[in-house]
Amino acid sequence: MNNPIRTNLLSVSYGQHQALNDVSIEIPARKITAIIGPSGCGKSTLLKVFNRLLELNDDIIISGEVFVDGQDIYDKGVDVYSLRKKMGLLPQKPFPLPMSIFENVAYGLKIHNHLGKGKLEGLVEHYLKEASLWDEVKDRLHAHAAKLSIGQQQRLCLARGLAIEPEIILGDEPTSALDPFSAERIERKLIELKKRYTIVVVTHNIQQAIRLADYVVFLYYGKVVEADTADKVFKSPQSLMTQAYIKGEFLDEVWFDKEARLINKVAQGEGI
Amino acid sequence: MSKINKRIIEEKAFKIVMHTVCAAVVLIFLIMLATIVIKGLPGLNLKMLTHQPLRGSYAEGGGGILNAILGSVYLALGATFLAGLIGIPVALFINVYLKKNSRFATLIRFSFDVLWGIPSIVYGAFGFIIMIFFHMRSSLLAGIITIAFLELPIMTRAADSILKMVPLELKEISLSLGATRFETAFRIIFKQAFPGILTAILIGLGRGIGDAAAVMFTAGYTDSLPTSLFRPVATLPLAIFYQLGTPFPEVQQRGYTSALVLMLVILFISIFSRILTKRFQQNVLR
Repeated sequence: MNNPIRTNLLSVSYGQHQALNDVSIEIPARKITAIIGPSGCGKSTLLKVFNRLLELNDDIIISGEVFVDGQDIYDKGVDVYSLRKKMGLLPQKPFPLPMSIFENVAYGLKIHNHLGKGKLEGLVEHYLKEASLWDEVKDRLHAHAAKLSIGQQQRLCLARGLAIEPEIILGDEPTSALDPFSAERIERKLIELKKRYTIVVVTHNIQQAIRLADYVVFLYYGKVVEADTADKVFKSPQSLMTQAYIKGEFLDEVWFDKEARLINKVAQGEGI
Repeated sequence: MSKINKRIIEEKAFKIVMHTVCAAVVLIFLIMLATIVIKGLPGLNLKMLTHQPLRGSYAEGGGGILNAILGSVYLALGATFLAGLIGIPVALFINVYLKKNSRFATLIRFSFDVLWGIPSIVYGAFGFIIMIFFHMRSSLLAGIITIAFLELPIMTRAADSILKMVPLELKEISLSLGATRFETAFRIIFKQAFPGILTAILIGLGRGIGDAAAVMFTAGYTDSLPTSLFRPVATLPLAIFYQLGTPFPEVQQRGYTSALVLMLVILFISIFSRILTKRFQQNVLR
């Protein structure tokens, strides 16, 4: 199978704090992959490794390999701008750029292409339709983007991301700031889009992962506990930790209570 | 006394102290303003604003201070433009290109803080040395360069602290769309921070237009109107200085009038630039 993103023994630390530890996963093409796990376990870090936004942080040490379309993106001489162009980012909180609705979508288009005005307008319309926002904003394209409701803003962010014609969509808890209705619209949209895009969504909402995911990566304190198809992970999780997390038990408690059994299991070669 | 009472007294006492201190600050400002208006306003007339000094000297007390008004405006606008041309990109560079706790950024900020603390007469002396080096005579250009140096630290640091407040997410989003840091800096961050950057520029202008010591050697003095970058210009701060320095009450009053004019010029430039740029502010994310 052709996997657009693959990591090999990827470790990331912020100064002393190790955020990711020997992560080796593959993200399948044209599927929704959900990265789940409790807050602060490295989910967003993993996402930011993919489009190399992590380097904006201080004291970052990255080791291991990350391949996007077969190319190691941490190789010297990688064109980071075309790498990022391959990935549309849907942020945690919708963050419109400080310009009009039209300009928000046109920003990426203008950066990467030289387009005439007519062509630009056509493309902006196309991507706003793609994000199911066109009908709500077509009469006020030149109003400031911050005037939209928060759910609309997130769809605008989607349109803006799609406009750079990415192959991959990265969602960093894309619905966590939204009301249930807006969240549902985004979820539906993602399911629709997976026909054409590879989608990676970070979420701490298990129900959402169950609804969306074809493939699940469960991260716990920087380690991959389980990574498999959604069916397997949700219906017959291999690890006790995954079982507990899916059932909504407190992980620390589970960890301590069942530590003995867990170690037994590992000793018997069942693995975590 | 119970603990609650003590805490309430503490709260009230602090409130009184703070009210007093704030009132004192406002009062000092009002007294200064009142002094200048009361002493300067009677001397304010059209001739003052539209004529050059009589017989080429402030001491005579006749004519006006148009030479100084125009000189100060040209000098300050030129210097502010020059300082902005250097300072704003530097501030953008520190905030967009460098990481949060970059040592280079710390070094730049520290340098500007030190430069900020240097008295303006030293800038004047420094400008004078450069002039001698290049065999320049005191001129509008030399004044502009010196004042630009004077404005640079305060303008850059003010812009820097504004840019620091721009949310990191905005930078991340622009970069995630495949934009370069240059595009991010000038098309997104600059736009978002524009009102604040404008304030930074005006702060710089305020420091530059009111400074007497730095222009004394570099811009020189003349009673004629400024016509060339390479000839000396008169400035309002020096007009105030010379006129207040005379023993004649009538001329001293013209000094206060000059101070009033200087304040009005700053006020006018501030309001004008705010109106001019108001339309940009609609696009700022709140």
